[in-house]
Amino acid sequence: MTPLPTPSQTIGPYFGYALPHPGGGQIAPTGHPDTITVRGRVLDGHGEPVDDALLEFWQPAPDGSRAGAPGSLRRDPVGGAAIGRDGVAFTGFGRVATGADGSYVLRTLPPGGAPYLSVCVMARGLLQHLFTRVYLGEADDPLLSSLDARRRATLVAERERAGVHRFDVRLQGDGAHEETVFLAFG
Amino acid sequence: MSVSGMSVSEGPEPYRGALWRQPVNPLVVVDDPEAVELTGPVFGSADVTDLDGDLTRQRPGAPLGERITLTGRVLDRAGCPVRGQLIEIWQANAAGRYAHRRDQHHAPLDPHFTGAGRCLTDDQGRYRFTTIRPGAYPWGDHSNAWRPAHIHFSLFGAAFTQRLVTQMYFPGDPLLPLDPILQSVGDDAARQRLVAAYDPELSTPDWALGYRWDIVLGGPSATRTEGGRR
Ligand SMILES: [Fe+3]
Repeated sequence: MTPLPTPSQTIGPYFGYALPHPGGGQIAPTGHPDTITVRGRVLDGHGEPVDDALLEFWQPAPDGSRAGAPGSLRRDPVGGAAIGRDGVAFTGFGRVATGADGSYVLRTLPPGGAPYLSVCVMARGLLQHLFTRVYLGEADDPLLSSLDARRRATLVAERERAGVHRFDVRLQGDGAHEETVFLAFG
Repeated sequence: MSVSGMSVSEGPEPYRGALWRQPVNPLVVVDDPEAVELTGPVFGSADVTDLDGDLTRQRPGAPLGERITLTGRVLDRAGCPVRGQLIEIWQANAAGRYAHRRDQHHAPLDPHFTGAGRCLTDDQGRYRFTTIRPGAYPWGDHSNAWRPAHIHFSLFGAAFTQRLVTQMYFPGDPLLPLDPILQSVGDDAARQRLVAAYDPELSTPDWALGYRWDIVLGGPSATRTEGGRR
């Protein structure tokens, strides 16, 4: 018999001492010359910042490898403290909690073989996490081409300047801005 | 009335926190065999120390409360064990208070309990935590709203699409039918899958009560093979 999946429940407001970890948004190895910054805010249907969201990112390495690597959440075996990445290995995984203004910052390397970063959004009030994608510019891509221009624009990061991309997550449209496209996987 | 005392007739309040945060548009279905989300992050022994699964030994002293052993298996929808993947838990202390600055519930903090733990699943997909049973706590959803005792769980599978964040409840808790968060899960059978079972076999004499809770990750995976990944 096929087992039935365990239902999802909201992450709630109190994950902050358990899940975020030092350097969680620093996927790029320290000082890597190809490092790009993705930054933005998470906003609700009033356009208000969501200050207790957790964003997770998953992406291929620059060489296209999707194998990932351990070491995103390293712990000190002596005292048990969270010490984060070693600054060298590329794990492909990032985790950032939003700040009081709903903002997050991710520093990573451009993914190889796919024009996007995968994002999982969790927050108090969300019954189930949401998936979306940060496209680093318009791309010839089956998902983007299936969407009309207004919806597609919610997935394409805005280039602020060289190496800095802006990507806001709108959990709900606020009248002036379109709700971000969220994904399900078949 | 169903097995653990949940009944629909008492009609819990709706979960108000969701109003302005829940998307209105339907999800866009991605059916692309090349999607990055069909693979996922990996974790290893560097990410978790052996003591991380024992929440009663993270501080110099022992936390107050009812010590419990909590174990189970993590499976994918094919029934295959999810091996070597990360499970993280967090919870309130025995008095129902989180070690979080935003939690100002008028209940004591326990200097010997932080309430966060993690472990990797073993070759059979098993996890194991030692902790204390959390207390119920009040929250502002509606007047006199109390969360039933619960432990928050975060899990990774072989693919990002299998990501799961959920909450585990204790059997027989009278708050279960009144809780808008548990009741946000649509059908009773699915709600039952969030309630652990007391397992006398798992209890340790003179030491800890045993609870068993198995978890099934949904979502497709590109790397689903015999026995899962790695
Ligand atoms: Fe909670």
